[in-house]
Amino acid sequence: MEYTNKLESRDLLEMYRLLMLTREFEDRLCGLWGRGGVVELPHGSQGQEAIAIGACYGLRVQDQVLPSLRTRGAFIVKGVPTTLQMAGIFGKVGGPARGKSTTHHMTDPVRGVLLGTGLIGSDIPVAVGAALAFKLQKKESIVVNFFGDGAAQRGDFHEGLNFAAVFKLPVIFVLENNGYAEYTPLNKHFAGTNFACRAEGYGFPGIRLDGNDVLAVYEAVQVAAARARAGEGPTLLECMTYRYRNHCEGQTPEYMRDPAEIAEWQKKDPIPRFEAYLVERGLLNEADRSRVYAAAQAEMDTAIRYAEESPFPPVEEMSTGAYAPEDPTLVGGRRI
Amino acid sequence: MREMMYRDAICEALAEEMRRDASVFLMGEDVAEHGGNFRATVGLYNEFGQQRVFDTPLSESALVGAGVGAAMMGMRPVVEVMFADFVTIAMDAIVNHAAKVAYMSGGEVSAPMVIRLAAYGAGRRSGAHHSQSIESLLTNVPGLTIVMPSTAYDAKGLLKTSIRTQNPVLFIEHKMLYAKKGEVPEGEYLLPIGVADIKRAGADLTIVSYGRMVDVSLAAARTLEKDGVNAEVIDLRSLQPLDEETILASVRKTGHLLIVHEAPVRGGFGGEVAAVVAEKALGYLDAPIRRVGAPWVPVPFSPTLEDAYVPKEADVVKAAQAVMAN
Ligand SMILES: Cc1ncc(C[n+]2csc(CCOP(=O)(O)OP(=O)(O)O)c2C)c(N)n1
Repeated sequence: MEYTNKLESRDLLEMYRLLMLTREFEDRLCGLWGRGGVVELPHGSQGQEAIAIGACYGLRVQDQVLPSLRTRGAFIVKGVPTTLQMAGIFGKVGGPARGKSTTHHMTDPVRGVLLGTGLIGSDIPVAVGAALAFKLQKKESIVVNFFGDGAAQRGDFHEGLNFAAVFKLPVIFVLENNGYAEYTPLNKHFAGTNFACRAEGYGFPGIRLDGNDVLAVYEAVQVAAARARAGEGPTLLECMTYRYRNHCEGQTPEYMRDPAEIAEWQKKDPIPRFEAYLVERGLLNEADRSRVYAAAQAEMDTAIRYAEESPFPPVEEMSTGAYAPEDPTLVGGRRI
Repeated sequence: MREMMYRDAICEALAEEMRRDASVFLMGEDVAEHGGNFRATVGLYNEFGQQRVFDTPLSESALVGAGVGAAMMGMRPVVEVMFADFVTIAMDAIVNHAAKVAYMSGGEVSAPMVIRLAAYGAGRRSGAHHSQSIESLLTNVPGLTIVMPSTAYDAKGLLKTSIRTQNPVLFIEHKMLYAKKGEVPEGEYLLPIGVADIKRAGADLTIVSYGRMVDVSLAAARTLEKDGVNAEVIDLRSLQPLDEETILASVRKTGHLLIVHEAPVRGGFGGEVAAVVAEKALGYLDAPIRRVGAPWVPVPFSPTLEDAYVPKEADVVKAAQAVMAN
């Protein structure tokens, strides 16, 4: 635990706060669905938050992440304000691209969120290309690309991983293996035993780890990041996890998953596990816990109120922006 | 007559064809136990079992490409692409193989398959990646048949025929039509592909449309009636083959043409319809042709923007009035 051991108490407590905030964000959002206001269909990440928080905590501002449909925490760690996210979810002008895009698929490269995609897995080659740019620019920045086990069955996964390996690109592939692609369980879409071993076939390390252990994820990403920044190429991290909620809200009731399976995974919930660790280290007591929770609730109250009170975008917004302006403040396609 | 939803008409067509022909099978993402993201395959798994109705990995290029291979070897696959937008991933299998094997084999083999492009179009706040009208990406590819039904009745009869043809068919379904009810007679019937349907007869103006915009055009026609304009609404039902005769006969009668689709106007299929009429019936036109479609931007997410993006009855009425003003 070379990197984890260097974390200070305030880092650990900050990771805890981010976990709590992400959970609260998702819980509130799913609770609001169907009651008016929320326009963007929620794909709750409850149960999987440790992957986003562990992977993104410790990244540099310039490092780019490409979140999956279930990496809410990546937006939060990368500093995309919860007000902006919630306004987007409500379809308001304060959201991504002034209402043109969902938060799911938003782009905010200044904060380090490069791309979300509705075409599951199609972001993998794009992540590789961003890493190629960093290599050509001789930058020390890296790219972290999140996607699910379903996405790993796309041809783009294989092409992207091989491409990254051949050119030794600074990219980390974080596979959130929650055992399902929508309603299809892993054993119906995969005949292999694990995804991590695929990396070996392309000539770089692949590691399977406990995705519900925020520090294990942090450590693995830091090791991979050091490798990437040193020009040694990509890493594939297969993070084992589980989602508690349905694939998305507003779907037919859950009937494909055994409630016992959900209960079993709830025992391995990343948040109480990390709490227990912090308590054992003497960094957290019940009062601290309540304070962090209250702060998360208050932040979400503010975000939801902001979203509710914001206006919808004016209709003129619709017909602008299909092409970037020929604007000198866009350098290599990026606003500086 | 019996009423049923568009999605149930699709399901019934699939069931009937699977009962009739053991080589018909269905594959796609979450089409089996789950019954499809838009519930168009509910019950098929129970009736036909997992040999004939099964879920695939999240792999659109393998899903459609494998369909091509299976079709060439004597099966009649129906593959579901969960959202029409994802067809881009399977484009190679469709454009380079499904569409061309008959020609490139000198007629020795073909790919008789149905590629159901589910849930095209806007209307559900799904954002730019789950809302596109993609038919014009496919209409310039010889070898493809492109069917876009607007009613439950048409969906059932056309899907059954699509399954039976010797060629690959893109069967494109609008997400806002799945829950639409319509009359569907009991018992088997087939509809020919390549025959447009005059959904409303009229003498003054020809409105050519397809897919979801047929209903919008019909609503506009009712409004126009109050202004004394008697519009004929032609539902193409298939873009390829294109029923030129029905369009030309109508234009010769009305002297006025308006084309309505949800895809962007620029490069859209309306341009092809306009060109056919300009080539073959220009002398009959009393006014310039007009087109109604989406603007030249991706489909926006926010409700105010998406609502402004999709052509509405008022847009069709306005364009019709402009055609008639000449
Ligand atoms: C290319 C493509 N195919 C299918 C879908 C529909 N779809 C959305 S999410 C999903 C399952 C994704 O599974 P996975 O990658 O494991 O992520 P998870 O939802 O489990 O987090 C599917 C099939 C899509 N959005 N894009």
